[in-house]
Amino acid sequence: MGLDIDKIRADFPILKREVNGKPLVYFDNAATSQKPQVVIDAIVDYYSNYNANIHRGVHTLSQEGTDAYEQARKKIQAHFGAEKAHEIILTAGTTHSINIVATGFTDLLEKGDEIIVSALEHHSNIVPWQMLCERTGAILKVIPMNEEGSLVMDVYEELLSPKTKLVFVNHVSNALGTVNPIEFIIEKAHKVGAAVLIDGAQATPHIKPDVQKLGVDFYVASAHKLCGPTGVGVLYGKEEWLGKLPPYQGGGDMIDQVTFEKTTYAGLPHKFEAGTPNICGGIAFGVALDYMNNVGFDAIAAYEEELLQYATAELKQIKGLRIYGEAKEKTAVISFNVGTIHPYDIGTIVDKLGIAVRTGHHCAQPIMTFYNIPGTVRASFAFYNTKEEIDAMVAAVKKAVMMLS
Amino acid sequence: MSNITEIQQEIVSEFEMFDDWMQRYEYMIDLGKDLPIINDTYKTDKNIIKGCQSKVWVHAELKEDKLEFTADSDAIITKGIIAILIRVFSGQHPKDILDADTSFIDEIGLKEHLSPTRANGLVSMIKQLKMYAVAYQTQLD
Repeated sequence: MGLDIDKIRADFPILKREVNGKPLVYFDNAATSQKPQVVIDAIVDYYSNYNANIHRGVHTLSQEGTDAYEQARKKIQAHFGAEKAHEIILTAGTTHSINIVATGFTDLLEKGDEIIVSALEHHSNIVPWQMLCERTGAILKVIPMNEEGSLVMDVYEELLSPKTKLVFVNHVSNALGTVNPIEFIIEKAHKVGAAVLIDGAQATPHIKPDVQKLGVDFYVASAHKLCGPTGVGVLYGKEEWLGKLPPYQGGGDMIDQVTFEKTTYAGLPHKFEAGTPNICGGIAFGVALDYMNNVGFDAIAAYEEELLQYATAELKQIKGLRIYGEAKEKTAVISFNVGTIHPYDIGTIVDKLGIAVRTGHHCAQPIMTFYNIPGTVRASFAFYNTKEEIDAMVAAVKKAVMMLS
Repeated sequence: MSNITEIQQEIVSEFEMFDDWMQRYEYMIDLGKDLPIINDTYKTDKNIIKGCQSKVWVHAELKEDKLEFTADSDAIITKGIIAILIRVFSGQHPKDILDADTSFIDEIGLKEHLSPTRANGLVSMIKQLKMYAVAYQTQLD
C-alpha cells in the first residue's frame, strides 16, 4: 500500500510555511523531524486538562497523568518489542540514555578491559565512552570504515576477544545513512561475553527495531527524530543489565526508603528516573509512535527508498557532485559535496531558496577526517517529503554551484 | 585614506545598487575572490577564528600606528564577509577600530548573518578584529 502523501502532509502544520519567501523544503530530518498535529494536540491537551505531578499524588489529576505516562511507556515497550515495561527507561534523549549506561559501567570495568566503538559514530556515542575509559583505564578500540561508508566486519571480528566487555555501535550512521549489520555485531559480541549498546537515534525514524529478536542488551533512541517532542528519549535495557547498573542520578522518585544513614533504591524503571520526568513529553512520544505505526513503517521504508533513489539519481546529474556514503543498505540520507565548494556555501545559498539542509561535520568528525573533507551538505528525507521537493533542492544546488564556481 | 564611517557608507551604497539577495551574494562572493591572498605562514591554528563552520584565518600587523589585516577562508561566502570587514578596518588606527559601530552590516542586507548563533561566525570575526585592536592599542599606549 502506497502512502497518501497529500493527506500526510496536511497532518504537519509547519509544512505550510514559507522560508525567505519560498515554500519550505525541509530536508534536515536526520537532525529532527517535524511534528504532526496529533502530537502538538497531545501536548496542549496535557497542559490544558490534566497537568499534575505523577506517581505520588492520590488526587484525580495526578492519577490521570500517571496513567497516561505509564500507558506511553507500554506503547514504547510494544513498539520496541521489549519483554517488560520496566525495561523501558524514559530519558531526556539518546545522549542521556548513553550516559546512563556509560556512567553505570564505571564499576563494572577494570583496567585493561576493552570496549569497541565504530568509526561511523556520532560524537555522543564516542565521548561518554572515552570518559568511561579515562575513569576506568579501559581501552577503546575502533571498527574501521571503508570508502563506501561501511564498517569493516573482518577487522571487527579480529578486535573481539575475552577482554572485550562492551560494544556500542549505531544502527544507522547519522552522517552517511549507512545501515550497520547490527545482528552480526551483536551475535559476535555475545560470543565473547560482551554487552552491546545500539544507538538507534537515526534508525528509529525509518526502521522498527525488535530488541528481543535482536537480543541486544541496550537500545537507545530519541523521540524528536520520530515525530515526537524534544527532550524525551528511551533507554531499553535487558532487566538483568539494568539491575546491575547503579542509579545515574539521585533524587525523588528513584528511592525506596530514605534515612540519613542509608537510602535504598526503587526498582526498575524508577531507579533511573530521578526527579519529575518530562511527563508531557513522554505522553506525546506515545502519541507520536501511534501516529507513525498508523502510517506504517513498511510503507515509510518503501516510500523513503523511492525518494532516496530518485534524489541520488538527480543529484548525480550535477557535474562534480560526489556522494559520501554509498553502502548497499542505507536510509534516506545523502551526504555530498560539489567539487571543492565548501558545504557551508551551498547550505547558505540553498537556504535563501527555502531549502533546509544540514552542512558541516554532523557531529561525526572522524568520518570527515577519513574522507579528508571539512564537512558535507546533508539532505535527509522523511515520509512527508516529495519528489517535487527533491526537484526544488536539485535546482537550488545547481543555482548555488553556478554562483559559487 | 577614508575613515571607517566613510568606507562603511561606500559599501552600503555599493550594495544598494542590487535589487535582490542573489545579486548581493554574488557581489559578496566577488569581493571574497578579490581578497588579497594571506601569506600561508599565517594560516596557522593560532590564527583561526573560533565559532565559524568554515575556517577563517586572520593576521594582524601594526604598520606605524595603523593596523593592517590579511585573511582567508575555505568558504567563499565567509571569505566575502571577512573581505568586507577588512576593507572597513584595515589601515585604521586601533582606537578607531575599537570605537567602530558595525551596524552597516544590517544595511547591506546581511542582517541574518549578525545573529550570534549563526554558524558563519560574523560576530566572532568582528570580535576577533577588535581583540587585535585592543592588543595593539596597548602596545601604542
